[in-house]
Amino acid sequence: MSKLLLKGGRVIDPAQGIDETADVIIDGGLIESVDSDLNINESNVLDVSGCIVAPGFIDMHVHLREPGQEYKETIQTGTAAAAAGGFTGVACMPNTSPVNDHRAVTELIIERADEAGSVPVYPIGCVSVGQQGEALAEIGQLVEGGCVAVSDDGVPVATAELMRRALEYTRMFDIPVIEHCEDLSLTQNQKAPMNEGSVSTALGFKGHPTAAEDIIVARDLVLAELTGGSLHCAHISSAGALRMIRDAKARGVSVTCEATPHHFILTDEEVRTFDTNTKMNPPLRSKADVDAVIEALVDGTIDAIVTDHAPHHADEKAFEFDLAPFGIVGLETAVPLACDRLLHRGHVTLKRLVELFSTNPARILRLGAGTLSEGTVANVTVLDLDRTATVDVSAFSSKSYNTPFDGWELKGWPVLTIVAGKVVWKATT
Amino acid sequence: MPEKTIIMDTREIDRALSRIAHEIVERNHGTNNLALVGIRTRGVPLAEALQDKIKEFEGVQIPTGSVDITLYRDDLSRIAPNPLIQATELDFEIETKVVVLVDDVLFTGRTIRAALDAVIDYGRPRAIELAVLIDRGHREFPIRADFVGKNVPTSLREVIKVQCREIDGEDSVLMMEVDDFVSQYEDQGK
Amino acid sequence: MPKTKEVETNRPGDAGDLTWRTQQQAASLKSKDLLGIEQLDAGEIQLILDTAHHFKEISERSIKKVPTLRGKSIINLFFEPSTRTRMSFEIAAKRLSADIQSISASTSSLVKGETFVDTVRNIEAMYPDLLVIRHACPGAAHVLAETCNAGVINAGDGAHEHPTQALLDALTIRDHKGSIENLRVVIFGDIAHSRVARSNIHCLLKLGANVVVAAPPTFMPCNIEALGVEAFDRLEPALEGADVIVALRIQLERGGKISFPSPREYFNLFGLSRDKLALAKNDAIVMHPGPMNRGVEIASEVADGPQSVILDQVSNGLAVRMAVLYLLAGSGPAKNVETAA
Repeated sequence: MSKLLLKGGRVIDPAQGIDETADVIIDGGLIESVDSDLNINESNVLDVSGCIVAPGFIDMHVHLREPGQEYKETIQTGTAAAAAGGFTGVACMPNTSPVNDHRAVTELIIERADEAGSVPVYPIGCVSVGQQGEALAEIGQLVEGGCVAVSDDGVPVATAELMRRALEYTRMFDIPVIEHCEDLSLTQNQKAPMNEGSVSTALGFKGHPTAAEDIIVARDLVLAELTGGSLHCAHISSAGALRMIRDAKARGVSVTCEATPHHFILTDEEVRTFDTNTKMNPPLRSKADVDAVIEALVDGTIDAIVTDHAPHHADEKAFEFDLAPFGIVGLETAVPLACDRLLHRGHVTLKRLVELFSTNPARILRLGAGTLSEGTVANVTVLDLDRTATVDVSAFSSKSYNTPFDGWELKGWPVLTIVAGKVVWKATT
Repeated sequence: MPEKTIIMDTREIDRALSRIAHEIVERNHGTNNLALVGIRTRGVPLAEALQDKIKEFEGVQIPTGSVDITLYRDDLSRIAPNPLIQATELDFEIETKVVVLVDDVLFTGRTIRAALDAVIDYGRPRAIELAVLIDRGHREFPIRADFVGKNVPTSLREVIKVQCREIDGEDSVLMMEVDDFVSQYEDQGK
Repeated sequence: MPKTKEVETNRPGDAGDLTWRTQQQAASLKSKDLLGIEQLDAGEIQLILDTAHHFKEISERSIKKVPTLRGKSIINLFFEPSTRTRMSFEIAAKRLSADIQSISASTSSLVKGETFVDTVRNIEAMYPDLLVIRHACPGAAHVLAETCNAGVINAGDGAHEHPTQALLDALTIRDHKGSIENLRVVIFGDIAHSRVARSNIHCLLKLGANVVVAAPPTFMPCNIEALGVEAFDRLEPALEGADVIVALRIQLERGGKISFPSPREYFNLFGLSRDKLALAKNDAIVMHPGPMNRGVEIASEVADGPQSVILDQVSNGLAVRMAVLYLLAGSGPAKNVETAA
């Protein structure tokens, strides 16, 4: 493989404390040097002046639907969507069909990702066999197969006892347990389709109270403290939950958490249109919760931005609101949404944005990535913060297009995605 | 100022109504089983006027009611917005009666056709007769009036407007061009 | 008689009708659909009530039919079972001479694999003029209205709205009390699950009433005050000085025994007995959307007593539904009020 030179960009690498205009040379799939006025003898020079050069972004919460539901998304289309969204790696959840509770499924996922050749996939295995919440899955085997974390995402780990054992057991492998925080009895076993609040009262929907999230967060924080295991709370949406996580972090509990763009941009008022692209779990919350999420993104309570990319076929979403499946796609909208709504509105700094998308997810998943240090694998995300474009689902690489953001004009887009020194996606101007 | 011709003034209307009242009683050989039914809206004050006159010279109060034909029109799907429905009041037995329908202007005959259906839905009258203040021709249905105040030949570009004191503040019959009429209508903001 | 094309198309109807029309007030609903009271303004509500008033008389004649909607095709699409509302719409349509067909689609369009939208498109391919839909899911009527050319009437979408019920309730109140403005109206029962409550709240507030809701805390939805009502967790304080009392049906089987222990406890605390009724004004009227659970939310003696107007509600329901069908189907395809002459 020949050398590649990224010339003239503003290099931001929080892990090394770098924020300066510099050139980056990539050789043999690794970062060779980051310095000013670099040159190479070959023709592989990409002019990235005016752009941001960051360690590759990682989305640590996506649903790739393969094996089993390839009509919604495959690993090939999902990783292509990731690359088009500026991501150089994704961690995929195990609620496929069959679920990823067996090493063979893990290996299949990694094999498919290699075949697709876009971005690497880091599988997340199940906590419990079949995600049934009764017995621990063969977590050791899953880790050897390539899993970077475990989760029963889609549902919470069924009992406190099982969660305790999972947190203890995973200490052997130093991997996090990622929890979908929802008390199922408070949401009528996921029948409540939207946030409980003035809007659900006006519309007559069963409500999903923030208390449902808070209760499991509280449970798991106690268990994390008890066991010393690594807890990561998925898609946090509630001000109450964030308050508890902030306190726990201050006390030194090993907890991290993540939030999605829709939870820092949209409120439950969106549901008044009855558009099923406003139905997801956790649901869109009140303005107070959205403000709390933004505050937590800034002050470090939230460690990572993720998409919870949940592709569904258009036919499935064309059902009555109560019956439609939860979730929206996110890989191709997350970065511009964060640039437009967090960065350009002055909520977060650029450094913080990179931490949320790259440095921290890499650290939480112990990937050794998330930095542009010399000698590391050359995964790079290049952003043009001044680029303005409109979200257009017809141009998506993803198979599905269930998103409420179609038609949104956003400023700040990825323009180049590099994985292991190879350009896997480039914006067409 | 739209050009209007006054076809009948207050006194001429009054004389016509007196004559019609007499004709009704004469044709029906008395007031037995007679009933007057005014077609909303301006047929109603005319029917009441006839009732008063018959009472004056015969000493008998003929039962008088009103019928709203909105629900029986044949052109509802062409009119937007919906006309407001008003009350139909027929407080007497239709069976055995000779019902005299009363309307202000007889034109295409469609209104009368609708009124016939409306009345018959209330019962089976012995007979139905028709009294109108003005007959302006241009029938589209085989309908004729039994009692007519005045025959006024018109062109289709013209409009006849009957005004009643109770509704419009004065009794008169006016004729004007359609366009003038339409713009006057719009001016009134209706 | 020969007519030139020019004359035909330039005439607004024919001039005779034009004369007729200027003598009448004309009015219309602004939308092709009736999805909820929330979308109506006070003027539209009054129009429906005034029109319904005139339709009452038809049901009292010996020939209970007018030819107004002859040839119009109405489909009752009931995804949730209902006898009374469905029957009420059927009779209303038939009294206006419309053709009406009732279809009970089970909510398992999911089970059959057919999407909701597909079910509706198939029916639309038969060119109905109006669709009446009842569904267990809030917003079902709205989604239908967006995808259909036909007018859509919401006959109840989950716990969200039931506009014709609120309209017939308003008509009943108006009949007995003259005007709705400033009346103290109490709605009590399982407010959280009640579409009747929500539609009534919107309707009564738009007509200027003071609306009070009362329910045990487990049946009171969160932040109901945001809708503009006063909320009580006991019935007695709510009833003080009430002009109108609306008792809602309790379905204890719905929440299991988690939200409320038993019918007996409910009747003791929240049942409208003669004693509790005495707290309201002497001439207060008692209403119930039906069907009633005697001895649970309402005592038999109150339901059958002199202050009860429950049966009036049923006949008014017929008149209101005739009015709604007339106003939405009577004048052809969807039109814009502002551009009509």
